[in-house]
Amino acid sequence: MVSIALTRHLFQFFPQLADREVAVEAATVAEAVRALDDLAPGIAFYICDERGRLRPHVNIFVGKEAVRDRMRLSDPVAPGDTLSILQALSGG
Amino acid sequence: MTRRLLIGTRKGTFIVENDGGRWKPRLAGHAGGGVNYVARDPYTGRLWALLGFGHWGAKLSISDDDGATWADAGAQIMYPEGTKYLGQTMFEDPSSDFGVTWSTSLRKATVQKLWVIGFGPGGRVHVGTIPGGLFTSTDGGASFALDMGLWNDPSRGGDLSGATEATGLETKWFGTPASESGEFAPGLHSISVDPRDPARMLVAVSTAGVIETRDGGESWAPRNRGMRLDHTPEPEADWGHDTHFIDRCDGEPDCVWQQNHTGIYYSRDNAMSWEKVGAPEQDVSFGFAIAADDADGRVAWVVPGRSDMQRMAIDGALFVARTDDGGKSWTKHREGLPQEGAYDVVLRHALDAKGGAVAFGSTTGNLYVSEDRGETWAVAGNNLPPIYSVRWA
Repeated sequence: MVSIALTRHLFQFFPQLADREVAVEAATVAEAVRALDDLAPGIAFYICDERGRLRPHVNIFVGKEAVRDRMRLSDPVAPGDTLSILQALSGG
Repeated sequence: MTRRLLIGTRKGTFIVENDGGRWKPRLAGHAGGGVNYVARDPYTGRLWALLGFGHWGAKLSISDDDGATWADAGAQIMYPEGTKYLGQTMFEDPSSDFGVTWSTSLRKATVQKLWVIGFGPGGRVHVGTIPGGLFTSTDGGASFALDMGLWNDPSRGGDLSGATEATGLETKWFGTPASESGEFAPGLHSISVDPRDPARMLVAVSTAGVIETRDGGESWAPRNRGMRLDHTPEPEADWGHDTHFIDRCDGEPDCVWQQNHTGIYYSRDNAMSWEKVGAPEQDVSFGFAIAADDADGRVAWVVPGRSDMQRMAIDGALFVARTDDGGKSWTKHREGLPQEGAYDVVLRHALDAKGGAVAFGSTTGNLYVSEDRGETWAVAGNNLPPIYSVRWA
C-alpha cells in the first residue's frame, strides 16, 4: 500500500478524508490519484485538470522528491512509499 | 418586490435579505473561496455558484435548499479530450521595434475560469468560460457538453482538433486579463436566452463581441453591426469587439443593452444592429456592467467609471445613470451613494435590476440597493470582500 498525506486545505472539500490514514494500491502517482478519487469522488479534479495534468500550484512528493512528470504523473511508487499532496501557499 | 440578492465575492457567497427595512448580508457558503458568479435558476429554483479556487481549479457548486447547504455539482465543466484553441502570448523580442512580439500557438483547452451561467426552459443550463467556451446542459445540469458550433467557428480558426501547429491558422478572438491563470484568453461572460425561443441565444465574449445562434448552438454569427472599435485600424470589423456585458429586457426581448469598452450601445432588433447611446459629456460612457429593465425595453442602468485609463469612480464619487428613453437621455442619481473619497469599481456582473429594484456591488466590498428604480440608495454592506457578481434571486 502507498500512504497518502494530504494538505488539510483539501479536508474542507473532502471531510471524509480527515483524521484517518489514507492508503491505496498503486504503481504510479497517476494510479494513486485515481484510487484516491475512488475514496473521495471528485478529488482528482481538484489535484489535476481535465487533461490529467497536475494543477500549476499543486505539487505531489513521493517521499522527499517532487514528481517529475507533471503531465501524466507516471512517476513510479512502491509499497511503503508516502505521497504528499500539497499546494503552494499564496494569496491574501 | 424581490427581497433577496445573491452575491459572489472573492471570499465566498453571500445572501442579502431585507430584515426589518435594512439590507443585511450573511455569508452563505464557500468561505474563503473565489466565487465568480452566483445565480438562481428561475425554472428549478436551484442556486448555482461558479467557483474559482486558485489552487484547485474551477468548480460548479449547487444548492437545492436556498443556499443553506452547497455541494459540488455532480457534472463539472471539462473541455473534451482533443479540444484546442489558438492562444496568444506576448514575449520579449529584441528584433522588434517595440521590444515585444505576439505569437500564436495551439493549446490544449482546460477550464481556466467559469464566468457566467444562464438558464432556459426544459432543463437548459449554459455556462460561459475562459478560454471562450459555452457549455450547455439540456438535463438540468446532470451533464454538460461544449458547444462545438461556437468552439469551431471559423472566426477562431475552425475545427482545430486535427491541427498540430498554429502556422497558417488565425483567430479573430482576442483575450481578457480576467482569466485566473494569467493567460490572456477569450472569455465568454454574457448569456441571454431569448424568452420566446430557447434555441435563439445571444452570448458575448471579451474580446470578440456579440454572437447569436438561432438553432440551439449549431451555428453562430457575429452581431456587432453598428459597434465601433475606436482603438483599432478597422473600426467596423465583424470581430474583435470588447463587449463588457449585454442584458436583455425580458418583457421586450428585442431590446438588448450593451456596456462596451468603447461606450454604451442599445439594440431594438435583437442585436441585429446597435446604436451608440451613451452621453460622454455627462460622463456616462465607460463602465463594465449594465442592467436592462425587465418590463420596459427603453430603460437601463449603468454605473459609469472614468475611462479605460483609470477604471475607477469618477472624481471620487459614485453615481448610477438611468435612461428611460432608449439612451436618448440619461439621469444621474447620487442620493445615498458616497460623494467623496469613493474609488469603487463595479465589475460586469455586479449590477442587477428586477422589478424596479436595482443593486450593485464594488471591488472595494461596498454593496448598494435601490428600491425606487435607482433614484435613492441604501447601503447594504461596506466591508464585504471584493464583489464579483450581484444577482436578484
